[in-house]
Amino acid sequence: MTDIAAVMPGERRPVPAIRLGPETLTLGILVIFVATISLAPLGRLALTAIAPDGTLDLASTWSVLARPRVFTAALNSLYVALASTLLAVVLGSIAAVLTVHGNIRFKAVWVFGFVLPLMIPPQVTALAWVQAFSPTSPVLGLFGLALTPGVRHPLFSAGGIIFLLGIYNAPLVFLTVRAALRRLPANLAEAARASGAGNLQLVFTVLLPLARAGIFAGAAIAFVSAIGNFGIQAMLGIPARFPTLITLIYQQLNSYGPSGLSDMAALSLLLSLITVIALGLSNWLGGRGDVRVEEGGRPAEIDLGRWRLPVEAGAWLYLSATLLLPLSALFATSLVKGFGQQLGWDTLTLTNYANALFHHASIRDAFATSLLLTVTAVLLLSVISLVLAYFISWKKSPLVRLIQMAAELSYVLPGIVLGVAMILYFLRPLPLLGFSIYGTIWIILAAYLSNFLALALRPLLGGFSQIDRSLEDAARVAGAGFVQRMRDIILPMLAPAVIAGGIIVFMSALNEIQVSILLVSSSARTIGPMIVFLEEGGSSTLAAAVGCLMILIVLALMGIASLFANRLPKGALPWRD
Amino acid sequence: MTQRLRNKAVATDTGRILIAMVSIALKRITKDFAKKRVLDDVSLQVENGEFVAILGPSGCGKTTMLRLIAGFEQMNSGTIHFNDEIIASPERNLPPEKRNVGIVFQNYALWPHMNVEQNVGYALKIAGVSSDERRRRSLDALATVAMENFAGRAPADLSGGQRQRVALARCLAANPSVMLLDEPLANLDVHLRASMEREFSDFHRRTRATMIYITHDQSEAMALADRIAVMDAGRVMQFARPHELYREPRNEMVARFIGNGLVLPVADLQRGRADGTVNVDIFGHRSEVRARKDQAKLAGASLGVHPDDLKLADSPVEGFAAEVERITYRGSHVQVHFRPRHAPDLSLSLHAPHDRPVSAGDTISVCVGDGWVIPEAA
Ligand SMILES: Nc1ncnc2c1ncn2[C@@H]1O[C@H](COP(=O)(O)OP(=O)(O)OP(=O)(O)O)[C@@H](O)[C@H]1O
Ligand SMILES: [Mg+2]
Repeated sequence: MTDIAAVMPGERRPVPAIRLGPETLTLGILVIFVATISLAPLGRLALTAIAPDGTLDLASTWSVLARPRVFTAALNSLYVALASTLLAVVLGSIAAVLTVHGNIRFKAVWVFGFVLPLMIPPQVTALAWVQAFSPTSPVLGLFGLALTPGVRHPLFSAGGIIFLLGIYNAPLVFLTVRAALRRLPANLAEAARASGAGNLQLVFTVLLPLARAGIFAGAAIAFVSAIGNFGIQAMLGIPARFPTLITLIYQQLNSYGPSGLSDMAALSLLLSLITVIALGLSNWLGGRGDVRVEEGGRPAEIDLGRWRLPVEAGAWLYLSATLLLPLSALFATSLVKGFGQQLGWDTLTLTNYANALFHHASIRDAFATSLLLTVTAVLLLSVISLVLAYFISWKKSPLVRLIQMAAELSYVLPGIVLGVAMILYFLRPLPLLGFSIYGTIWIILAAYLSNFLALALRPLLGGFSQIDRSLEDAARVAGAGFVQRMRDIILPMLAPAVIAGGIIVFMSALNEIQVSILLVSSSARTIGPMIVFLEEGGSSTLAAAVGCLMILIVLALMGIASLFANRLPKGALPWRD
Repeated sequence: MTQRLRNKAVATDTGRILIAMVSIALKRITKDFAKKRVLDDVSLQVENGEFVAILGPSGCGKTTMLRLIAGFEQMNSGTIHFNDEIIASPERNLPPEKRNVGIVFQNYALWPHMNVEQNVGYALKIAGVSSDERRRRSLDALATVAMENFAGRAPADLSGGQRQRVALARCLAANPSVMLLDEPLANLDVHLRASMEREFSDFHRRTRATMIYITHDQSEAMALADRIAVMDAGRVMQFARPHELYREPRNEMVARFIGNGLVLPVADLQRGRADGTVNVDIFGHRSEVRARKDQAKLAGASLGVHPDDLKLADSPVEGFAAEVERITYRGSHVQVHFRPRHAPDLSLSLHAPHDRPVSAGDTISVCVGDGWVIPEAA
């Protein structure tokens, strides 16, 4: 047998408690990364808002916020966000109860159709709805319901914005309520039945109260999403002359350029405060009362009896109204030469698609830029979120918690706020490098990384919670260092979660408009804002073609992702049952 | 110290794998989790090639101790030595990947994305062993647990016992100087446990690896271990050979814990007829019991006995008088619950053969066949 002394040298060099190994180094890089893309810009924003000239000057902040225009916009923002959240909660909860507990047929298809609007860029949705009511709408036209020219468009109003935001965000509520309902074991419902509860009583006295945390969580997400939804608020609100906080910020930049930044910062801070307060409130409301249950088992089924057919009919009608109506209008518009033309064999043309793909350099470049930024963001965020999730799950420390909070904050704050923060932070030339990235695609990339880090993190945190830590311990005792463990053990086991996160980030980044709307310049344009610019410039048919192309890309992505669905963690793809 | 402790391959031509042994010393270790003391001044010296079992009630700090030895936790004070070399102290800590320990986890911790052979050969891969050599040594290790025919399987396609064997082979192939096993059999059924127990014992005989084995199961510990450390509330109560623990518990906790021991109050210790015995008064009856050679003559002490040591006496003069409370039928014997007449508050029981029928309310005479005066009586 070997002499152990031979393998253990006698000299005693102290091993410091904290070693500058790859692990510490990685954590250091993570901290610097998150500080640069999240903490510092947001801090800068807050500072600019309350101390525009470097010294605390709340009076000037107040003078910005106290303007009647700002007050009206803030009220409008609150109004549309709250009302649309209410609509989304009602629609989403009904849909969730029906798909989890109802005995309706073709559930999987219906779930897919219900969640689909969430995957479509909001500005495309807005455009499609605007065209659905246009004088030449193919669907409404068929029924003779189309508006006569000259009448004010019904969607260019507060009601229109609320309606679209409500429909757009209903899937968000649907997903959280559905998840909450599925946790409930069937025996709770059976006990209620045994006590004599009918269908409606069961839903209102047992199921929904127990799913309350899910409902409030969904409402919070819907509210945050609504108040920051630039696509719909801008496409409908600007023509309607209905100002909200984010359209005000947008117009501020358009009219004054970066010189209006301190005003924009104050507005952004107000918007952020509203968001954070709403989240806190919903958290508090949703967390009250004990709704803990033993998880597991199949959800209880509710037999709709003779109501089954009417309910199914209603459900399919809803889908056709929310999907077919707008999308067919969008598609029809994309196929005619000029806006307002009837679609027929003589007017049918593919010119718009040819223009969008080949002739319009700015559109082509925007597609290319978006793809480049999206792919880069996905790749970087996959690596970063894997390592960050590792630290969050298994190496908790106050520093790590701070990083996680910063990531969450950058995600929940409206994208436009992040945009303002990015401009403020990156306007000045970078230290050492000596040039500013403002106006280039890199500032958009920074904003994407900041905004979508939490999104990429989510499936990974779920993945880590499902694997036992002893698997890593076993690799450590096998002699594997940090990098080897990441490569050989953790990455292979979490690969599905990484992919799931990548898909979600890819779709979100490709669809987004609110983050980059303030950051785009003539030399750096993404595809999201392109539609708004085209529509503002009067090229509705071209905008429709671009919108259709984006939907096509999204559908293709969803299809590809679905191919891998059974290898991904459960619930990683929101549109899958 | 910065050099890895992992040593070169030690495979002999017979294919037997030898393990570089190491002695382990824990010196005055304390460990707190959030102000809660989990290990309290623990010292333990494990010799080269020794098989040590750690036994103790749930939550007493066994796993924590193992994780400290492996390097997953840091202590608050004290030191850990491998062969007189300090490898861990509050100031400096050799990370687990450099300690050359092997662990068999209670839940096996096999990597689901690797097949059996890849699992077993992973440590060799990390050490840079060539793939041919790695394959040979992985199969060798698998052969020692009779699993060489499963090399290509995924862990998910194995039974619990097979997974446990693979985990053992993985630990073995890594050629560790110390093997740490945390309740390796806890998830197996009774029959499998018995056969795995035999396998561990064979395995240790062949490899002479230094092994620290945590278990809840006393009979497992007794069967396998050279020495057993009994722990309670973060302290080592006694560290001794199995028969010594059973026959000569150092304190009341060990006396009660090992073999369902009973502790009886005794009085008036007098010198016994032979060395290492004393004459004591047990509930009014004088008996000769074992004690330390230097046992002081005290007015009162505690006596450790096991249920089998209490017997029905043939005549009243041979034991202390007691009142039968109730009888429980146990198949091979009956369990007689009784209260000594001198200490009616105490409820005790003994095993009686079927040919000595007693019934509730009877007065019986109980003799103490064997007992040990607990040195550190409370
Ligand atoms: N990471 C931790 N953080 C806080 N407390 C811990 C941690 N790990 C263990 N403890 C506490 O330390 C004590 C000892 O735990 P340990 O796991 O060592 O017990 P054990 O003897 O292995 O128990 P068991 O037989 O149940 O496995 C317990 O009270 C436990 O709650
Ligand atoms: Mg334990």
